[in-house]
Amino acid sequence: MSSGTLYDKVWDLHRVTELPGGSTQLFVGLHLIHEVTSPQAFAALKDKGLTVRCPERTVATVDHIVPTISQQRPFEDPLAEEMLSTLERNCAQHGIVLNGLGSGRQGIVHVIAPELGLTQPGMTVACGDSHTSTHGAFGAIAFGIGTSQVRDVLASQSLAMNKLKVRRIQVNGQLTDGVSAKDLVLHVIRTLGVKGGVGYAYEFAGPAIEVLSMEERMTICNMAIEGGARCGYVNPDQVTFDYLNGRVHAPRGEDWDRAVAWWSSLASDADAVVDDEVVFNASAIAPTVTWGITPGQGLGIDESIPMPESLEVGERPMAEEAYRYMDLQPGTPIAGVPVDVCFIGSCTNGRLSDLRAAAAVARGRQVADGIRAFVVPGSEQVAKAAEAEGLDQVFRAAGFEWREPGCSMCLAMNPDRLEGRQISASSSNRNFKGRQGSASGRTLLMSPAMVAAAAVHGRVTDVRSLSTQPDL
Amino acid sequence: MSSFPSGPIQLVEGRALVVAGEDIDTDRIIPARFLKCVSFDALGDQVFADDRKELNGEHPFDQARFQGALILMVNGNFGCGSSREHAPQALMRWGIRAVVGVSFAEIFFGNCLALGIPCMTAAPDQIKAIQALVQADPSRSWSLNLEEMKLSTEEESWEVAVDSGPGEMLRSGRWDATSQLLDNGPQVDALMEHMPYLNGFQAVL
Repeated sequence: MSSGTLYDKVWDLHRVTELPGGSTQLFVGLHLIHEVTSPQAFAALKDKGLTVRCPERTVATVDHIVPTISQQRPFEDPLAEEMLSTLERNCAQHGIVLNGLGSGRQGIVHVIAPELGLTQPGMTVACGDSHTSTHGAFGAIAFGIGTSQVRDVLASQSLAMNKLKVRRIQVNGQLTDGVSAKDLVLHVIRTLGVKGGVGYAYEFAGPAIEVLSMEERMTICNMAIEGGARCGYVNPDQVTFDYLNGRVHAPRGEDWDRAVAWWSSLASDADAVVDDEVVFNASAIAPTVTWGITPGQGLGIDESIPMPESLEVGERPMAEEAYRYMDLQPGTPIAGVPVDVCFIGSCTNGRLSDLRAAAAVARGRQVADGIRAFVVPGSEQVAKAAEAEGLDQVFRAAGFEWREPGCSMCLAMNPDRLEGRQISASSSNRNFKGRQGSASGRTLLMSPAMVAAAAVHGRVTDVRSLSTQPDL
Repeated sequence: MSSFPSGPIQLVEGRALVVAGEDIDTDRIIPARFLKCVSFDALGDQVFADDRKELNGEHPFDQARFQGALILMVNGNFGCGSSREHAPQALMRWGIRAVVGVSFAEIFFGNCLALGIPCMTAAPDQIKAIQALVQADPSRSWSLNLEEMKLSTEEESWEVAVDSGPGEMLRSGRWDATSQLLDNGPQVDALMEHMPYLNGFQAVL
């Protein structure tokens, strides 16, 4: 059993009591809601005659269903309009702050809470969305919940939970040029498998993690859930504090000094005990691309689609299904696989640094003929910052569409979707069958820079093979 | 269809069906386009929508021989991916009252628990044997006993497992956590009073 880790400290601090069934009642410090998983929770509150216990501890935005071309109300899709108006009504009725369209603070829930300084070290963060693990980048315990649990948090500001085990993902060495946080986490998932993390929180640690920016740490924690781990976290340090300092909801003045002292005390102790540890070497990781139908079916860019006999027996049925669904033959190099659509955005890779990395590749180049490429900033703040430094112009000049913020084609609950058998290069997080809106659509997950490289060449391309200064 | 689960869940009895495969994610159980709703009511018809369309009537959820089944036999990491409670809601509204498999994704398991649907585990070779029996005779009746922690037919019986906390919540009927959580309101108040980030980081830990 783990002890002395950040996970243990934050868990203990938020433990209200042990419930008769053997679960723990855990206080939720920050509750984030959006339009998709909250309406039935509010309806259930009403049915039970309950109110929202701490409206000031819940923050709302709208992201999944918003169109990214025109966000004019009412939306063209009446179902989308109904979902947003239901959220607006629920928030107004219960006194919950809604960061709505045009507020300057709207965006993907896992992008806006960090950028507003809502997410802080030492908190428990819950949201009806599996990618809530993102917030663990700050040294929080952050996890996705279902709608019944959203109801419970609204009613009681707490949840019935069971404690996870802790696995340290120790990443030594340093990532090499052209290799990003996305590649690192795809590599971890590929190595440990999509169910390797079930029952665990992942503590990402080591020299390669310590040098990452907050945005890069968010990318890694975001995808912990794709490796089966409900939570991922990084111990808070100076990088964390520098990111938070001055943000809207961050503490100020003397509060700030006390906060930093407290946050520092939460990091895992030098002699902390973890339940498991796996060591990786960052310098050996190549740009990584998924070829199949789970995020664990990944390959280094210089590798080929695996032969069935090279796989463990248990992995073969899924591989066979992936060959068929993806229409990719064993032995085919992943580099060079043609794509139709290129999507840059999502809660995994829709932040400013992601757009900069993609723009650095797009600058002075052109999207290949026949390729549809678009960029969806993760939030209104990201859009504004990107436009201020001219990234929108770089993308437009290269033939990318520049869109309004939202979840977009990560999950296609909005007009952005694949058609038929189209295959996408995508900076999002899931390549499940049908994920991007077409029941037969196909997804190759990769970093934003790799998506931009694929857009320029019309096929999967090693971004390291492109010179940083193309001939103009 | 029987009514939705309520009270103590000690015994689930009835016919079964199999959805085979590792890592079946919640996007497959209920594709995202069906999440555009403000009520769960219509989800039962949409469960596994894309898989069913692809198999054109041959998906277990469409086959006549499996209609009315209420125990779903699955493999490993069932329900991975998105946290959408729409997935267990869709299964429940189709008629599923229990799931038995090798392992379950964390969030899916919790969502099922909150609906009173037990997710029980057994070893891979046992699951294989159980699935073969279901396929061979869909009319066979199964009994999932949470007191004895056994899955049985008239002839055979297998041990199944669930973590002790959730198991006790189901058996005792306290799987709907809301009222228990509300009962401890004063403890929540006390905890908030000393929570550093709620009091200007003044509290002495």
